[in-house]
Amino acid sequence: MSQRPVTESPPALQLRGVACTFVAKDDPGQRYTAVRDVALTVGAGEFVSVVGPTGCGKSTLLNVAAGLLAPSTGTVDVFGQALAGINTRAGYMFQAESLMPWRTARQNVMAGLEFRGATDAGTQADEWLRRVGLGGFGDRYPHQLSGGMRKRVSLAQTLVLDPDIILMDEPFSALDIQTRQLMENEVLDLWAQKKKAVLFITHDLDEAIAMSDRVVCLSAGPGARPIGEFAIDLARPRDVAEVRATPRFIELHQAIWSVLRDEVLKGYQQQLAA
Amino acid sequence: MWQSIKPSHRNLRVWQLGLLAVIFVLWHVITKPGLIPPIVFENDQQAAFFFGEPLKVFGRIWAWFFTQADIYQHLWVTLLETVLAFGIGTALGLGLGLWLALSPLAAAIADPYIKAANSMPRVILAPIFAVWFGLGIASKVALGVTLVFFIVFFNVYQGVKEVSPVVLANARMLGASHRQLLRHVYLPSATSWVFSSLHTSVGLAFVGAVVGEYLGSSRGVGYLILQAEGAFDINTVMAGILVLTVFALGLDAIVGRLERRLMKLQPKSGETEKL
Repeated sequence: MSQRPVTESPPALQLRGVACTFVAKDDPGQRYTAVRDVALTVGAGEFVSVVGPTGCGKSTLLNVAAGLLAPSTGTVDVFGQALAGINTRAGYMFQAESLMPWRTARQNVMAGLEFRGATDAGTQADEWLRRVGLGGFGDRYPHQLSGGMRKRVSLAQTLVLDPDIILMDEPFSALDIQTRQLMENEVLDLWAQKKKAVLFITHDLDEAIAMSDRVVCLSAGPGARPIGEFAIDLARPRDVAEVRATPRFIELHQAIWSVLRDEVLKGYQQQLAA
Repeated sequence: MWQSIKPSHRNLRVWQLGLLAVIFVLWHVITKPGLIPPIVFENDQQAAFFFGEPLKVFGRIWAWFFTQADIYQHLWVTLLETVLAFGIGTALGLGLGLWLALSPLAAAIADPYIKAANSMPRVILAPIFAVWFGLGIASKVALGVTLVFFIVFFNVYQGVKEVSPVVLANARMLGASHRQLLRHVYLPSATSWVFSSLHTSVGLAFVGAVVGEYLGSSRGVGYLILQAEGAFDINTVMAGILVLTVFALGLDAIVGRLERRLMKLQPKSGETEKL
């Protein structure tokens, strides 16, 4: 969206003219364009949130950025280089349960390091489990942990690899509000230490404003595209619970909601009609 | 009085054993020559000829295990055949299941053949195996393998197809290569499905061993039964059947114990630890 001069160091993630059209396998005539004309830039060290009505293709966009899904048209650049295949500089925190159920929490955190052939996987995993507050839970299997704990393990699993880009797909949507705010603050703390580029997908506008440097709004699907972009100039470090009461937060919320409201209603009508 | 012996969950075992005792007593009363006048048969020897006599059956079992102590080698052979059939069948099923599940084109080509091989009554292959592998344990193992293979194969195939796409995508994002995905995602997922079919596949390995022995062999419990049948020795046939039944129950108990140990990482709902 915002054109950056070429001389500046390339953005962590740059999507240009991205469109994703899905074709039904059994009926090639059935097409569904989830997103189109998407231009999105995440600078190095920038925390960007994407909000939009349900089913508008937010997760599709994240899968494109992760390299799990090739866009129908358009290009993805990662630190100035065209992306082909899996985005190896990115870590991905999924919305659904993504831990391997046959591995303990510690083994799950170690997984990525093992795949890369790291020799000190064990010590690093222990370090990260401690950092997300699960030091004593390393030998538990995922089904023996609560939903919030599993999310922490996922977080450790992603961050232990020290990715330059962190992709998050509504990571806390399944958590209760208290656990959620705790986790949001923890993520902000961890982010503040390392300043990675973050692309955060959420349907919760409060969460998006409280955490991000920039919020991008998507229109309702099909053919969702960015329809607005807001810089969040709230001071850091922030506490996600406290920042919600500040006047500036409320102003921003109203401004973004005025753009988003019509799209949310449109998306809701479409779901009712379908 | 009735309150204390009425069937309930407390005296379940007593009633189960009581039922067993009743069956044996009934068997004894009907077949013992001269005890009751013949109703169905022409003379009082015939019931014993067709159904055997429980006392003689137990005498036979006693002789097998204690006085002559000659059944152990046969049991050992049957056990060996069962274990080998289970091991080889599981390994083959796991390998081919993984391979076909991961290469859809190969699966599409092989599909009609797999369906045909699975629907064929495979016991009929026993004579061919006897010709190929002789009357030793190899032909029984081969028959058991054909039975076990398909159970494991279909479970592994299903297991790989149903790997959570999110877990798979997550492993890929964590940097797993194709080989690592196979080793760390597909294989563990498929193995948990193999565990779930453990009872069936061990049972079928046993069936393969005994049927193979029965159709032609020189050792094994099936061979004992075959021999006795040739001599119209119905008591020994019955004794063999009883031994096989107890043996199968024992095998099932071991599998159950093994399963509980291996399934520790599977979620069990509604179970808490008593402190």
